[in-house]
Parts: sequence; C-alpha cells; structure tokens
Amino acid sequence: MLDIRYFAWLRERLGTERETVQTTAETVLDLVAELRGRGDAYAVVFADLAAIRVAVDQELGGLDTPISDAHEVAFFPPMTGG
Amino acid sequence: MTVLIQENSFDMGRVLNEFADRLSGAGAVVSFSGIVRDIATEDLRAMEIEHFPGMTERALLAIRDDAVARFFLIDALILHRFGTLTAGEAIMMVATAALHRTDAFDGAVYLMDYLKSRAPFWKKEITERGGRWVEAQERDEAALRRWSQG
Repeated sequence: MLDIRYFAWLRERLGTERETVQTTAETVLDLVAELRGRGDAYAVVFADLAAIRVAVDQELGGLDTPISDAHEVAFFPPMTGG
Repeated sequence: MTVLIQENSFDMGRVLNEFADRLSGAGAVVSFSGIVRDIATEDLRAMEIEHFPGMTERALLAIRDDAVARFFLIDALILHRFGTLTAGEAIMMVATAALHRTDAFDGAVYLMDYLKSRAPFWKKEITERGGRWVEAQERDEAALRRWSQG
C-alpha cells in the first residue's frame, strides 16, 4: 500500500489531501499513469506534468524516481516559499 | 533551534538578538525578513501559506546545513510561518553569522534562493475576487542556477 499526498491546487482540484492506493508502479511516471485512470479530475490534474513536482518519502524526486520501496508519494505545484 | 516553522507571528528583533547572543567568534551577522505585500491592483485580504509538515523540516534543515558548509557560516537560522497572514505581516526570516561579511551576505542570499523554490510552501492570495495560488517565477529558478555554476 502506498500513501499519496496532494498539496495546494492539486489538493483542491481532487478534493482530497491524502489517499492510500494498491499499486505495482515502479516509478513515479507509472503511478501517474495509473492515477490518470481514476477519473476526470485526475486526468485534468496530471495533464501537464511540467506543472507538477513530486516528493518520494519526503525527498524531492522526478518522474523516473523509483517507488517500489516507497511509503509515500506527494504531488504538488512548484513551491513558492520565502 | 536553527529551523523554526510556526503559525504564530514573531518579533524579528527578538529572534535576531537571540541568534546573535549565542554566537561565539562571529564578525558579521546578516538577516533578511520577508513581508506580505499588498497587490498593486486589488485589496489583499489574506495570504494563506500551506506547507508539508515533516518534509518542510527536512528540507529547511538540509538547506540550512548546505549554506553553513558552503559559506563557512558559524550559524544560520531559518524561520518560516504558515497559516493565514495579512499585508504587512512578516512571513519569514533568515539570519547568518560568519567571520566576514561577504560569507554572511552570500549565505543569506543562498538561503533565500533555496527557500523560494525548494522548500514545500505554497502561497495563496485571497482577494475580494476569491483565492489565487501564487505561481512560481522563472527568475527564482534562474537564481538557483547561479549557485550551481562555478
């Protein structure tokens, strides 16, 4: 089981901040492909991957980051701190 | 504490004095504070700041430690707020201490550049028209690239 977290406008568009999924995805990109199939809201949120950042177990990653041993994957827009 | 993530407002003078008081051997202290500014065209009612508890602490500690190593800092502090803020309120501050001013200044700029786009915070402006997520700027990425060149 994998925990998925969403932040900022992704959280708002999907109407959820956290969910647990059963997945065999090996990379972030595999996971995105699975999530896109979950419904229209997911297809919209994951339409433009250049607009999305990802963290795997709280470390910034990329689409090719392996997730086979991960506990948590978080998706969010480019960060705007400071 | 060298990394503080809090909802409450803070007294920047007090934070800076406490930072400076515990230093030993520093010849230079630099601080920077970010303030919520009004939007030019409409009334800003609030600025909401979301973050990723857990990852935020890890990211800020890593950024802080990188700055200390890279600029030979004696100490460095990052304070960042989350929650609902209004115009004029301080959002965050950084402080650096070094033997010499150049390292203290450069270290503070480095901390700010990384906080802008490598720490999991997201800002949302609330106006009478509703909410609008602040978009990341290309210039913030350009500022980061500067540190990886030579």
